[in-house]
Amino acid sequence: MDSQAKSFDGPVLECRDLCISYFTRAGEIPAVIDFNMTLEQGGSIGLVGESGCGKSTVAMAIMRYLGGNGAIVGGQVFYKGRDMATFSEEELRQLRGNEIAMVYQEPMASLNPSMTLGRQLMEVPLCHENISEEEAYKRARQMLADVNLPDPDRIMSVYPHQISGGQQQRVVIAMALLSNPSLLLLDEPTTALDVTVEAGIIELIGQIAEKFNTSMVYISHNLGLILETCDRVNVMYSGVVVESGTVTEVFDHMRHPYTKGLFGCIPLPGASKTARPLVPIRGQLPLPHQRPPGCYFGPRCDFFQKGVCDREGLGMTSVPNEPGHDVRCRRWQEIDWDSYHPEGVGAGEMEPGEVVLSIDDMKKYYELTDNSIAALISGKRVRYVKANESISFDARSCQTVAIVGESGCGKSTFAKVLMGLETATDGKVVFNGKDISQEEVQKRTPEQIGSMQMVFQNPFDTLNPSHTVGSQLARVIRKFGVEKNKDRIEQRVMELLDLVKLPREFARRRPRQLSGGQKQRVGIARAFAGNPTTVVADEPVSALDVSVQAAVTGLLMDIQKTYRTTLIFISHDLSLVRYLADRVVVMYLGHIVEQGTTDEVFAPPYHPYTEALLSAVPIADTSVEKTRIILEGNLPSVTNPPSGCVFNTRCPRKIGEICETQDPPVVEPTPGHQIACHLSREELARMKPVIVMAEEASPPAAE
Amino acid sequence: MTDQAVSVPRRESPLLRLAKGAALIRESAVGMIGLGIVVFWVAVAILAPLLAPFPPNQPVMPMATPGMAAPTGETFWLGTDHLGRDILSRIIHGSRQVLLYAPLATFCAYLVGIPMGLAAGYRRGLVDDILSFIANVILSFPVLVLYIIIIATIGASGSNIVIAVTFASAPGIMRIVRGLVLDLRNREYVFAAETRGETPWRIMLVEILPNARGPLIVDACLRLGYVVITIGTLGFLGLGLPPPDPDWGGMVSETRQFAMFMPHMAIFPCIAISSLVLGFNLLADGLREVSLRD
Repeated sequence: MDSQAKSFDGPVLECRDLCISYFTRAGEIPAVIDFNMTLEQGGSIGLVGESGCGKSTVAMAIMRYLGGNGAIVGGQVFYKGRDMATFSEEELRQLRGNEIAMVYQEPMASLNPSMTLGRQLMEVPLCHENISEEEAYKRARQMLADVNLPDPDRIMSVYPHQISGGQQQRVVIAMALLSNPSLLLLDEPTTALDVTVEAGIIELIGQIAEKFNTSMVYISHNLGLILETCDRVNVMYSGVVVESGTVTEVFDHMRHPYTKGLFGCIPLPGASKTARPLVPIRGQLPLPHQRPPGCYFGPRCDFFQKGVCDREGLGMTSVPNEPGHDVRCRRWQEIDWDSYHPEGVGAGEMEPGEVVLSIDDMKKYYELTDNSIAALISGKRVRYVKANESISFDARSCQTVAIVGESGCGKSTFAKVLMGLETATDGKVVFNGKDISQEEVQKRTPEQIGSMQMVFQNPFDTLNPSHTVGSQLARVIRKFGVEKNKDRIEQRVMELLDLVKLPREFARRRPRQLSGGQKQRVGIARAFAGNPTTVVADEPVSALDVSVQAAVTGLLMDIQKTYRTTLIFISHDLSLVRYLADRVVVMYLGHIVEQGTTDEVFAPPYHPYTEALLSAVPIADTSVEKTRIILEGNLPSVTNPPSGCVFNTRCPRKIGEICETQDPPVVEPTPGHQIACHLSREELARMKPVIVMAEEASPPAAE
Repeated sequence: MTDQAVSVPRRESPLLRLAKGAALIRESAVGMIGLGIVVFWVAVAILAPLLAPFPPNQPVMPMATPGMAAPTGETFWLGTDHLGRDILSRIIHGSRQVLLYAPLATFCAYLVGIPMGLAAGYRRGLVDDILSFIANVILSFPVLVLYIIIIATIGASGSNIVIAVTFASAPGIMRIVRGLVLDLRNREYVFAAETRGETPWRIMLVEILPNARGPLIVDACLRLGYVVITIGTLGFLGLGLPPPDPDWGGMVSETRQFAMFMPHMAIFPCIAISSLVLGFNLLADGLREVSLRD
């Protein structure tokens, strides 16, 4: 823009009573209502809320990029003091990318796969400024170095698919920063990334404001990430901001029942399934055209009062003595949070029984045949992908064993071997007293199959969209031979729906008529149809919204308790694992690096990888202090794993050559707690806890 | 848990669901036009004996131009051909042939193509290699040459047209199905079916195929149009239905030599073919439009 705009020192961005609607066949659907926000220069605001709450719509409206059916129907957006409605198309085009830049969730979708990264980066200054190619190259290269990418010269010359996901997202951020924008919009920039990679990106985003004096709007569903990146936060629910204020105010003294509810849903370090269970928010997000009158959160709120909360015209009220802290609730001053103790969904103490599943030195290698001429000459035609290497652990009945690790660590392969879709290369998998490591699923008896079932990750994928919920459940019952008679099967379907707390008429519904959480409940019902002794849950709640997550997790634990089921819980979410698991197995590149009870694994001594994982998890609690450990480098490929200890390429505690040459020994600091590391017992014993609760003298994370 | 008090709504009959789905086409103007044309021709085919003013194979008066009066007092609305047969009546009766053999041939092509595509896409590996190789070989022939070879070998008749079209179209259908299956086989519900030990054919037919139906229905409509053209082409080449029964392609072919001075003999059958093809194509567009919504 012109020099006057550049030297402007008021708020970079101001939204006043912004209302945004989408126009569909069903008529006008208000997506965002009455949105206010003031972003100072160098400041950062987080927009947090569940899916469908309108947070991305706000970002699109700021960019004036709402698509064909969206429109701003009320209010204004001021960019550096100027109403954006007065900008011409040409001015807007200059604004986007030059003054306002955006980073999206999926880095691969933001980069052009057929251009080198250097070319794509150089395009930004070449397009917006009148400079030479060399100058553009220099600027692009410098920016890559500024976002902490190793070897910028190489990155400049390669194509997007040749670098890892984390590096891609850094390139996208570099591209956004190249034109030195005043405003950066980040829409879930780390959701598609692994947790240790995410930690690096979050660190970078934290530095942006001071390095480049850029203001940021950070959109996320993850409260922990907001805490680490933003000064202020707007909590959104169903298109409206329900609470806004500084991060500390909102996180420590939240006033709105929804904000309170959200925090009750996330497994903070203090929560545990026995002592401090999670409290799900009942019900589900109203559809935009079915919002209740008055307070949209009313039907799900424990403090709902007829005649007060359902009156129209609900506005924001300021919290006295806390300037800038606003709440959209009529009753917030009357609510006594101290006497509010909602019932959680904990499971209570459970005594683990006999060993149900015993895995002994299980290996799974995939064979890769190399048909290249070089391979023919050298004679090394067959290579092995060691997806699982020496997996050994036991699982008892009524116990929850969590398998933790990032993508590519072999979790899914392990699940496939358990389920009989693959056979193990070596070792034993003893299930209910019988070795099933070589039994493919077709060779297993219906009882065997029925007693080990799986809950899947993606709610939109887990049910067949072509068949009704009832018929899918009935098929499983018939297949496992639980019931034969048609009426008895029908009866059993109804019982299963009762079990997962879904209304019986859902039996006649098709999956697309169900919400994500409801589909996941059906998925759980399906897994429990054959009265299983063991259920493998592969990231069962990671695709769900926070408030639904808590309810589904609670349900899973509830059913587990009733049937004394063994739960193999595969997850990357350490907070959740700490909350519900009894034993934890940490995997890295197909190897188990650490295993033990949850308390043992989450307290020192750690394996260096566990330590890094723990430090990477964002925690939405201002009283928690974490040691920062950012892992360098990329996850090595499984086809060509590092020699010696597989973690040696990224290990911050690497001793020396021994890590590269010898397989690490298994150290047992306490019986049953195994760490595969070259570090000596003394060094392991000297480790400090990664997560410390600062002020409160509440019980330590692992007691 | 076992109380029966909660009533369960009755299951909708599949027929009713199909009707509801088909009713969606009303929301697409293009689709409705297409549907109108197709329905028009279907009605014509069914009511042919009532609509046709003359018997289709009876010579009445050669070389009559459109609008001329017949000796019996009726009008030749579209004229007559060189043998004196009423063109309108022949077109009306010819629609029966096209609307019988085009859907039949398309159906048979799908009957062969779908299992091939399912097997190739789901089983992968050697099965896929072999089936894909066969498909590539067939597809590498120019279609016309293929038809000529097949019909010349087995003779010209209605059922042989069906065989020829099936042979030539099944590989294309196989490719489409295979592509869809390659995507669908990675869904978690397929994985779930595998982990409960379902047989491969059940997984292919019950878990995968119903979810591929959208694109396949659209493709079937387009393909129906192509088959109409194919039958016309075969008739034109003299490889269609044996004379004297009316066949749109054949009508064009027989009267080709008079096209210079009596164009109506060839033009009206051509319009008939084009309109039916257009109808199927518009219907396919409409179906695609409706299926992309929502």
